[in-house]
Amino acid sequence: MALLNKEDAKALLQKVLAYSTADECEVSLTGVEGGNIRYARNSVSTAGDTSTLSLAVRSVYGKKAAFATINEFDDVSLKKVVKRSEELAQLAPENPEYMPMRGAIEYKESKTYVASTAAITPDSRAEAVAKSIKVTKENKLEAAGFIENKNTFSAVLNSKGFFGYNKSTDVIFSVTTRNQEGTGSGYAARGFNDVNKLDTVAATRIAAQKANGSANAKAIEPGKYTVILEPVAATYMLENMFRGLDARSADEGRSFMSKPGGGNRMGEQLMDEKVNIYSDPFHPDLPDNTWNSEGFALDRVNWIEKGMVKNLSYSQFWAQKKNVAAGPFASNIIMDGGTATLEELIKGTERGILVSKLWYIRLVDAQSLLLTGLTRDGTFYIENGQIKYPIKNMRFNESPVIMLNNVDALGKVERSISVESNRSYLIPPMRIRDFTFTSLSDAV
Amino acid sequence: MNRKDFLRNTAFGAGAFMIPRSMLHATPIEIQAALNGGMDVATKKILADVALAAAKAKGATYTDVRIGRYLNQFVVTRETRVQNVANTESFGVGIRVIANGSWGFASSNNVTKEGVAKTAERAVAVAKANAKILDAPVQLAPQKGYGEVSWKTPIEKNAFEVPVKEKVELLLAANAVAMKGGVNFVNSAILAVNEQKYFASSDGSYIDQDIHRMFPNFNLTKIDVATGKFESIKSLSSPVGMGYEYLNADPSEKLGGVVTRYKNRYDMMEDIANATEGVKQKIKAKSVEPGKYDLILDPSHLMLTIHESVAHPTELDRVLGYEANYAGTSFLSLEKLHSNKFNFGSKLVNIVADKLQYGSLGAVGYDDEGVGTKKWDIIKDGILVNFQAIRDQAHMLGMKESHGCCYAQSWNDVQFQRMPNVSLQPGKEKLSVDDMIKNVEKGIYIIGDGSFSIDQQRYNFQFGGQSFYEVKNGKIVGMLKDVAYQSNTQEFWNSCAAIADESDYRMGGAFNDGKGQPGQSNAVSHGSSTTRFNGVNVINTARKI
Repeated sequence: MALLNKEDAKALLQKVLAYSTADECEVSLTGVEGGNIRYARNSVSTAGDTSTLSLAVRSVYGKKAAFATINEFDDVSLKKVVKRSEELAQLAPENPEYMPMRGAIEYKESKTYVASTAAITPDSRAEAVAKSIKVTKENKLEAAGFIENKNTFSAVLNSKGFFGYNKSTDVIFSVTTRNQEGTGSGYAARGFNDVNKLDTVAATRIAAQKANGSANAKAIEPGKYTVILEPVAATYMLENMFRGLDARSADEGRSFMSKPGGGNRMGEQLMDEKVNIYSDPFHPDLPDNTWNSEGFALDRVNWIEKGMVKNLSYSQFWAQKKNVAAGPFASNIIMDGGTATLEELIKGTERGILVSKLWYIRLVDAQSLLLTGLTRDGTFYIENGQIKYPIKNMRFNESPVIMLNNVDALGKVERSISVESNRSYLIPPMRIRDFTFTSLSDAV
Repeated sequence: MNRKDFLRNTAFGAGAFMIPRSMLHATPIEIQAALNGGMDVATKKILADVALAAAKAKGATYTDVRIGRYLNQFVVTRETRVQNVANTESFGVGIRVIANGSWGFASSNNVTKEGVAKTAERAVAVAKANAKILDAPVQLAPQKGYGEVSWKTPIEKNAFEVPVKEKVELLLAANAVAMKGGVNFVNSAILAVNEQKYFASSDGSYIDQDIHRMFPNFNLTKIDVATGKFESIKSLSSPVGMGYEYLNADPSEKLGGVVTRYKNRYDMMEDIANATEGVKQKIKAKSVEPGKYDLILDPSHLMLTIHESVAHPTELDRVLGYEANYAGTSFLSLEKLHSNKFNFGSKLVNIVADKLQYGSLGAVGYDDEGVGTKKWDIIKDGILVNFQAIRDQAHMLGMKESHGCCYAQSWNDVQFQRMPNVSLQPGKEKLSVDDMIKNVEKGIYIIGDGSFSIDQQRYNFQFGGQSFYEVKNGKIVGMLKDVAYQSNTQEFWNSCAAIADESDYRMGGAFNDGKGQPGQSNAVSHGSSTTRFNGVNVINTARKI
């Protein structure tokens, strides 16, 4: 059994900590149980099932620290792993940036664990996939997809008295449907803590509709267009920006958050006033861990408020150096939206492009956060509030910072996953002016 | 420092390009543990036989067992200090079976007789659950059992045996050169990988392999505080399938020119001195005028273009649609292959797949489904002639055996078709880089790989680079910045106008070629000589925020 409850985890960690003789010691447990199915050409291809539990011990002498880990849990092994980490720490080079461990904190729990998700079996996974394949067969399409569920826990205890425990469940599903001729392709992706919210039939229907609707696309000239990014497209674009919400790289002058002349852009009006981006592990639609392994309780943090840079994360070391309070980077990201549905956003668009998904986004220039990538799996031309016809995919070169300056309208927030990291976010569909496409692609 | 911080701090420059995903799941250990031999081969064979029998008893018609110990070492520094030294180990077993015609896979870190038997049973249960949604049973190309065999990367010096102190001293000495030279930031690292893989299958193979890779690298940043502008340049080292001998600088392995470039031995101290001067020039360089240019691409750059535009679209699983939901499909097809006249590139273009090449990241004796490795043509005189296939795909190409390019990033992941080393063959006529530049009226000479992006069928791509030199009327006239080129794969390879000869041939590579769901990393090399492509569209990437 790879998963321990709070009491059993704490008892085991206390037992291990009692063996420590170092200046500081931190012990942690991680357990994962889960499985996945991949399918393609309307049939299962590969599948897996995994179960792991491991214990890590970090011992510290002065500013010298080291890890050791083990996956055996008898007393001899537990003593051995503590001793090993202590021997290693004595030999480790000193880290001038080492910061002392933090003590006990109070933190509230968030509802990251759902029993029904933990109860997923190889058979129920196969059943969810079977339903998706049925939809694609009915639509005379070919599906390739992926479903994965994970049931995890983590627990940390240190010699200063900090104890954190969290268990969570997660299920992700994505499907790409293509027509027989290879001229149309559609996609849908979902991610939830609660498997009861996952409807593989409804998601596959959307992908099928996109596949059939995107067949025989016309080419239009690349250039600047008003675009409506669906949440899955916007999420992937913005994920590349969220990673840069860090004070140190900004202060060091090597981030889009760096201010010319020195310092960072905190307090600067960097985006349109409609833009609000924050973290909140207690959000009911995106619950997340409420503490981190550095010993901080996590709560709501506003990063961008009405377009202004409100906060950047500060590591303990950097906070001390800059004489400010440390601000951990929270684990989830939420962007506020409006009340409009996607259909209403389309209806309000005179001339523009509906982008279902973006693909292979990579950083071109760290200075301006210029990104390049392509549209994929359903790109449509809009005229006078209506989708007129599917268009060929295009490459863009655009910065999410410039993009969020050009926000025309935001729709209703949805839980969406990044197509690259599989991480979940709450992001609205958004209408953006002057989005820059630079070339055409023949890819379907 | 916890692992998340460690990864964040080491993710400089090309970011995740630096650290294989497999390492993210590994657990830290001390160096002494890395140097002991781990479980002996005789015990592994006993455990493998337990797993094979347990799977068969539950109804498996084919089983393979991989007992793997994956060791990684990171020594990471910035400026004057060590950021992290980590030794990680991941040990466990992955069992793959065919039951009721379907694949099933399960893994566990409980490598005992009871543990492997249970894992084998779980794999069969997964296969049987999946068989209910299977269209056609798996067809495996026949593979003879090799009996008990072994293979080891031909290294001269195990990187794990070199004291951490020696590595730290090298990196800090290199950093000091850059700081003294006036750069603002320098990150440097040495990564070492050792895969100790034991494979057994119901075909009668028991294969023990010891695979080594390493990657020394740095990244420099120069900042102009007043304007807020910054530029970076990274090292011209490559990740290699070698031991620590890669760091034994050797004049016979160097190529002169606008900047020194390296073959099978690397000189970090020299390269960082050159890069320090390079980044200072780059920040002052002229911003490129967009338009058509002849591109002269160094192997340190071209390797990534080969990777994305040739190696990926010739993966058979992509061609057939197995990767449609993530990495994508391919503009190539079985029809194009079977036509024997699909014009992938100009007549100069010869591309080979190779799992044997010395010093390459992809070199192994046997792949992860027990097939002996080999070398084969993919593009011959510009024409598409083959794809990359494994045992359950061979029949789709009408082949009787696999190409031997099946790989899993760890015991915990299921093996599937992964790219072998895919390389452009050098020009047959004698031709130096200088001679190639002499004939260029308006061109850009690009060294080092940078930003990269390509569509899901591998038609439209865009690449940046590290150092860009403007070529006017046959001469290099200075550095450029803000350069990226966009093209279409088939047009681009048909614009290939000259390839330097064998004396210029070098390999580049990546530790983290990503594919699959859940995502897995594959280490792969790509070789070439410097190559010219005529009339390619170049854009300017400078923007203001």
